[in-house]
Amino acid sequence: MALLSVEELSVTFTAKGRKDATAVDGVSFDVDQGQVVGLVGESGCGKSVTSLALMGLLPNKGVKIGGRAVFDGQDLLSMSPRKLRDMRGSKLAMIFQDPLSSLNPVVPIGVQVTEILERHRGLKGEAARKEAAHLLDRVGIPDPSRRLKEYPHQLSGGMRQRALIAMAVACAPRLLIADEPTTALDVTIQAQILELLKELVDQEGTALLMITHDLGVVAGICDQVNVLYAGRAVESAGRRELFAHPTHPYAHGLLGSIPRLDAPRGEPLSPIRGSINDRIAWADGCAFAPRCDRYTMECLTGTPELTEPRAAGHQVRCVNPVLPKSKAEVSA
Amino acid sequence: MSLLELDGVKVHFPVKKGILFDRTVGHVYAVDGVSLKVEAGQTYGLVGESGCGKTTLGRGVLRLVDITDGEVVFDGTDLAKLPEEEMRRYRRRLQMVFQDPLGSLNPRQNIESILSEGMAAHGIGKDQDERREKIKEILAKVGLPTNALSRYPHEFSGGQRQRIGIARALVLEPDVIICDEPVSALDVSVQAQVINLLEELQESLGLTYLVIAHDLAVVRHISDVIGVMYLGSLVEEAPSDALYAGPKHPYTKALMSAVPVPDPEVEDRRERILLQGDLPSPANPPAGCRFHTRCPWAQDKCAVERPVLTDVGDGHKVACHFAAEIEAGELELTRPTGIEAVVSTEAVASQEAEVEDAAPEPASKVPAQAPAPKGEDAEHEAPADEDGAPATDGDAAAAESADADADGDPSESGADADAPEPDASAKKAGRTA
Ligand SMILES: Nc1ncnc2c1ncn2[C@@H]1O[C@H](COP(=O)(O)OP(=O)(O)OP(=O)(O)O)[C@@H](O)[C@H]1O
Ligand SMILES: Nc1ncnc2c1ncn2[C@@H]1O[C@H](COP(=O)(O)OP(=O)(O)OP(=O)(O)O)[C@@H](O)[C@H]1O
Ligand code: SF4
Ligand code: SF4
Ligand SMILES: [Mg+2]
Ligand SMILES: [Mg+2]
Repeated sequence: MALLSVEELSVTFTAKGRKDATAVDGVSFDVDQGQVVGLVGESGCGKSVTSLALMGLLPNKGVKIGGRAVFDGQDLLSMSPRKLRDMRGSKLAMIFQDPLSSLNPVVPIGVQVTEILERHRGLKGEAARKEAAHLLDRVGIPDPSRRLKEYPHQLSGGMRQRALIAMAVACAPRLLIADEPTTALDVTIQAQILELLKELVDQEGTALLMITHDLGVVAGICDQVNVLYAGRAVESAGRRELFAHPTHPYAHGLLGSIPRLDAPRGEPLSPIRGSINDRIAWADGCAFAPRCDRYTMECLTGTPELTEPRAAGHQVRCVNPVLPKSKAEVSA
Repeated sequence: MSLLELDGVKVHFPVKKGILFDRTVGHVYAVDGVSLKVEAGQTYGLVGESGCGKTTLGRGVLRLVDITDGEVVFDGTDLAKLPEEEMRRYRRRLQMVFQDPLGSLNPRQNIESILSEGMAAHGIGKDQDERREKIKEILAKVGLPTNALSRYPHEFSGGQRQRIGIARALVLEPDVIICDEPVSALDVSVQAQVINLLEELQESLGLTYLVIAHDLAVVRHISDVIGVMYLGSLVEEAPSDALYAGPKHPYTKALMSAVPVPDPEVEDRRERILLQGDLPSPANPPAGCRFHTRCPWAQDKCAVERPVLTDVGDGHKVACHFAAEIEAGELELTRPTGIEAVVSTEAVASQEAEVEDAAPEPASKVPAQAPAPKGEDAEHEAPADEDGAPATDGDAAAAESADADADGDPSESGADADAPEPDASAKKAGRTA
């Protein structure tokens, strides 16, 4: 059984005097032990809201959450706040895009790390300090004993993200959720952090839910990839399958529109037209229809179902998926 | 002669201290001796990581910041020494497109007013009617509807706003457009639209671009020539394809190997040079080669003598004392680069093979003992000592934070939804409460 199994997760923001806004609209995916699963999509597609819902960090007023998220046999979405809090930091941990805002600026790194060790692992005094230094060393922070005394602003962006990872893995969580953990970093630092995350997954068997808008990052680290569009997964497959045969018109178009470092110069990009604002509600049809080259009237008759038109386990939510031309079509 | 020639350009910002900020205690060496040539009708791409001085260089060319030293020769005239009134005439011919399209557009002005402002200032069009006609023509060129004229910036999507920024430059009929991170604020699916637009406009209008970006894949796609910057100066410059095919500077090699490629086949086979440590501060740049604190091949000489950008043939320039030796595989690594190090010696090749035999997916070694980078801003004093700092109560803070969020403006999205790890969220709670 999957370590985390998310089924039809939906999150709707309700505010007085405003139309309800559905940020996550029926997202389903699984994360297995030791697996790296990617949630990839553009700004506003619901990546962060999904992760906050799983962590129980959404505000409790003005939000409607639906669906199930079974982690280790228990539904996170219906768990008591107290139980969820115990779960967070021990079995479930999260790292965020902006390490500075996730660290307390007036408390030395060391105190922030030892606090977690004291609360969740019952370590005290010198033992906690030793373990904290070990953790910083583990995530590649040089001179850990000195760094423990420093404040977040004294560390560089990359060091802060390492410190945050150290705090997240302090209790050997079974699942680590990383929301754009490298987006704020330079690419040479990003490479260091990704390498560190890979290493943690390999050595500790931690499962990683990797949230990013960068398909390059996904290609390098994820075993399984879920492409989100307007709050729904539109395609999911193993990483090799997905990148070799992007089958949903959105995923297909996205890969064709990214300038690749290894593409010869002068090769034109094929952009997707319009923007994420041009969409229809999933309830009425395919949200991508206004931007899609392949759309037909069928696309406007309710949410397309997930099917496996190309390969088993390769799920696509589209009525006219991008498939290799059949012989009949080619000869016609 | 090139349309735009920079020679030894330096932009140093004084660091002031004292109650009246009247004492200069040092300098930020943001741009520290850059020479480059941009040919008419071509695109020069300037790439480098955050803080390396790309934007400052662009602003220096337009004299939006004072140039400390050096020449900026545009169409035969040195702009660096031009009196302000004369500079104004040149400003029209050199335009800039900014990274943040919304931040650079006045929210209270409609599009017509935004676009005609510069035209009026430069005396383009004899009246508003004539200017409006011109604006309509340009709007069509950048792919915006004519009814955009009476609308306001917030009514447009990110990609459309960037088109407005480009239109604002185009209405002045510039020769050169400096594009500072023209697509980095845009959604992935929209970036290609703007990149294609820039390329089409160059073709049809014969524009010359200086494109500044941190994304090497974007820069490679649109540039004829690429200059790689590190801590205020160029470390390598080459035609786009040559740079990709054979990067010669250790920093370029590392940068290139770090750029993710959206293709698992490529990602799995790539040789990656993992740099250690962080970028030193430009206020305190390392002596000698600026890169020697992180360079995997750094030698004694590198800490003392600063290499100069030298042509090594076919317009490929590199600033490294040992570029030739590194290329020939004659130089030993002086620092580990992670398991995927690319060095063309047999010893290392066979070593790599061994590791691959041992484990199909070798766990990489992120060296825990990375040498502390020199020159990083370690001089800061702690704001309070350990005992004096207020302790956090993570859980209370988290609860508060959640409540505060619930009461906050529900329309606030993304950034604000990124609530911090509750175990350390006192700051967040304080901010949102
Ligand atoms: N507290 C909130 N109230 C109302 N709407 C919200 C709230 N938080 C997020 N949203 C909306 O939910 C949608 C999804 O937001 P989310 O932050 O999950 O996007 P994302 O995929 O993480 O994007 P990004 O890549 O920009 O981080 C957006 O349209 C956003 O405006
Ligand atoms: N007006 C200023 N006064 C003092 N220092 C400055 C000023 N403007 C820039 N700097 C410093 O100069 C250095 C170079 O900044 P610059 O903005 O040019 O970098 P960049 O390469 O454009 O980075 P990014 O990719 O983050 O935009 C930085 O260290 C920056 O803090
Ligand atoms: S369902 Fe229709 S509109 Fe949606 S992606 Fe498929 S073809 Fe395009
Ligand atoms: S000069 Fe020395 S430190 Fe600088 S890049 Fe070359 S080998 Fe490395
Ligand atoms: Mg997000
Ligand atoms: Mg900049």
